[in-house]
Amino acid sequence: MSPIAQHSDTLSIALIGNPNTGKSTIFNALAGVRARTGNYPGVTVEKKVATLTVDGQRLSLIDLPGTYSLAPRSPDEMVAVDVLLGRRADTPPVQAVVCIVDASNLERNLYLVSQVLELGLPTVLALNMMDVARERGIVIQIEELEKRLGVKVVPVQANRRVGIDALKKAMAQVGEMAPPQRISPFPQAFQDEVRELEEALAAKSFAERPPRFLIERLILDTSGYLQQELLHLGEGRQEGEQEIAERLKAARARLAEAGMPVPAVEAIARYGWVSETLSGVVQRPEQVTDTFTDRLDRVLTHRVWGTLIFAALMVIVFQAVFSWAGPLMDLIDGGIGSLGEWVAAHMDEGPLQSLLVDGVIAGVGGVLVFLPQIFILFFFIGLLEDCGYMARAAFLMDRLMSWVGLSGKSFIPLLSSFACAIPGVMATRVIENRRDRLTTILVAPLMSCSARLPVYTLLIAAFVPERTVAGVFGLQGLVMVSMYFLGIITAVIVAFALKKTLLKGETPPFVMELPSYKLPSLSLWPFNWLLYPLQKRRDPEAQMGPALGTVWHRMVERGWAFIYRAGTLILAVSIVVWAALYYPHNADVSHLEDQIAELETKLESTAEGTPEFEAIEQQIASIENQIAGEYQRTSYLGRIGHAIEPVVKPLGWDWRIGSAAVASFPAREVVVATLSVIFNQSSDVDVEDEEQRGQLTAAMQDATWEGTDRPLFTLPVALSIMVFFALCAQCAATLAVIKRETNSWFWPLFTFTYMTTLAYLAAFATYQIGTMFSA
Amino acid sequence: MITLAQLNQKMARARVVSIDGDDEISQRIMEMGVIPGVEVVYLGSALFGDPLEIELRGYRLSLRKKEAQRVSIEPLPAAGTSGA
Repeated sequence: MSPIAQHSDTLSIALIGNPNTGKSTIFNALAGVRARTGNYPGVTVEKKVATLTVDGQRLSLIDLPGTYSLAPRSPDEMVAVDVLLGRRADTPPVQAVVCIVDASNLERNLYLVSQVLELGLPTVLALNMMDVARERGIVIQIEELEKRLGVKVVPVQANRRVGIDALKKAMAQVGEMAPPQRISPFPQAFQDEVRELEEALAAKSFAERPPRFLIERLILDTSGYLQQELLHLGEGRQEGEQEIAERLKAARARLAEAGMPVPAVEAIARYGWVSETLSGVVQRPEQVTDTFTDRLDRVLTHRVWGTLIFAALMVIVFQAVFSWAGPLMDLIDGGIGSLGEWVAAHMDEGPLQSLLVDGVIAGVGGVLVFLPQIFILFFFIGLLEDCGYMARAAFLMDRLMSWVGLSGKSFIPLLSSFACAIPGVMATRVIENRRDRLTTILVAPLMSCSARLPVYTLLIAAFVPERTVAGVFGLQGLVMVSMYFLGIITAVIVAFALKKTLLKGETPPFVMELPSYKLPSLSLWPFNWLLYPLQKRRDPEAQMGPALGTVWHRMVERGWAFIYRAGTLILAVSIVVWAALYYPHNADVSHLEDQIAELETKLESTAEGTPEFEAIEQQIASIENQIAGEYQRTSYLGRIGHAIEPVVKPLGWDWRIGSAAVASFPAREVVVATLSVIFNQSSDVDVEDEEQRGQLTAAMQDATWEGTDRPLFTLPVALSIMVFFALCAQCAATLAVIKRETNSWFWPLFTFTYMTTLAYLAAFATYQIGTMFSA
Repeated sequence: MITLAQLNQKMARARVVSIDGDDEISQRIMEMGVIPGVEVVYLGSALFGDPLEIELRGYRLSLRKKEAQRVSIEPLPAAGTSGA
């Protein structure tokens, strides 16, 4: 029995590393499917944990967000430091660290390592991307590096699973390793200041005595965040806090005087240590080779060609999203429809059947329909991230986005939102700055997503005349385009306003690494068996790729996170709206039912297949639609519609349009079906289908204000509805995702309120101005 | 004083002399390895000349001109003529 097997306790290990070092690939390779995600309370940082057993040792892994430095300036950045120092009550104290570094870029990666080593925890260094380093002719003396750092170094090539077993072994044994013996890289004068401050803090009875690492950081952090976070003495002891603050100021002044200004002293000291550590350990080729990345970047980040290629790429991605998703969406839609029909046919008519068919199946199905789009977008986002292009997209679009006060990193999330805001909101995780990220999340739902298309299509076809403007542009097309621009312009204004008010703050730096390009990890279990022999022939060391490459893994992980987190809320909202549309279900439809009974007797005496037979069948269907419409008009939602008529009247709407708008708050695309039922048509309309759309269009064109013969739908009314749908937050799924991503109920409520208010005001203006012109 | 923001195709190589400021932005620039003494190479810029793409310490970094203005540099002769 090996000595390790004697440990029965779980060893808690944190994974840390720079962004773009393949940290999540390593985490996935270690954790497999056992990973669990959650949130730390109060911050927007995702918590990812997993447990595994190696050689009888149970390991509990905790994945920390990628970072270049452990220099917290905000609650989000503080999470990693708190976890590492065991200062979080909700996370078990970390007993060891695995630090993942990019072997081809050791110099900058060792900056973070130098901070991690000062935490005094046993550490394993995973030297990832050894293949990239080798390709560039970089030679690393691993044993010498181990000796100098005083920690175990494991070469890894995570995307091909090379070295993962060795890393697991090293992790299982890390508990027996002594923490690294560290000599501080800081100059003596700085260390003296740290000691003095430590003593001064010890003299005051603070709630907790910060560890040495945080005392160093207190001196180095000029933002004031840590000072506020760590130095509380409690009520009535402000002068004690004041004294420490004065001390910090004086210490910084003395250091600056001595030529060691804060915070520069840290970077200079640590990079000095890095050069010393790496000298003689890493050899780079004398002749700098023209790498793959060099050649690619000459075109892809070129100010003209790069921008053109980016634009072309985005067109291709969107083309793919819509053309691949289309057939799948039809399939799902058909499947849900058949399921509903099957359930309807096998259950007795009544509230339960209606709940299942019109509430649960239709409601959840309405969201499931968008899954192909969501998954395909996640696939492309994962692909762009994994090959290293995402940073280039941010680089190319930064100037454009900086006009709105955002950075280039907001571009892809906002662009994705034109297909669906859900992947858009989830893609904002690449934005480290909290204010930028929130602003992007809050305006993403203003982009006209694909669920708004059926509404635009229906109303434009019905009420916008087919005319050409200025000889070339079709009026219908122009109206469609202006709906998209309305969303964009509103987003620009809202983003600008948010950055000036609620999310005010200094412009965050746009100092971003452009990682080396690499082939995206697309390996997929069945194909691995086919490809493996070929790879083995080229590279004898190759191991079989992971069952699910990083790109697929991310797609599944994000897609599943959406279904899992948003699913329950969507179900709940669907049931509530169903109930509001179904109950009290006491409309007087006896005269209509009598008519049907009459027609059915007539049907029995008519020969099947004759024109009369079909005519009667059609009559029955039409009366059934009338009954459904009657029930809906007298439902609670219908009554709400009546009650809110004074509110929606200034928009040019009657109570029927009002109730349809209210019913579509869980998911905006249901408005077509709701309008259809209210106007006595079958609820199953496909706006792409000319004939089905034609029937609904005719019914809407014939509709009048009740009790008059004044037409209900005019061009200003149609425009006012479209404007309302363009701006309103009618998507429970998006709000659920905003809740998840911001980890608070405030932001989804804020989004809902501001968008609905804007939508109302804009629809009001559209109708009033439109009426003025048409009068 | 010449700053990093002035680097271009003709004056592509330089050595960093100093970084102004003690706020988050300067700290971030330095954490990424832009400290006095380090050598940087200009690689290009996005549309309208902003942001910049530079190479240092064997990796690529992008930063805005506004941020690059904090970094004072001294130009170095082009790679071909520098000698060993």
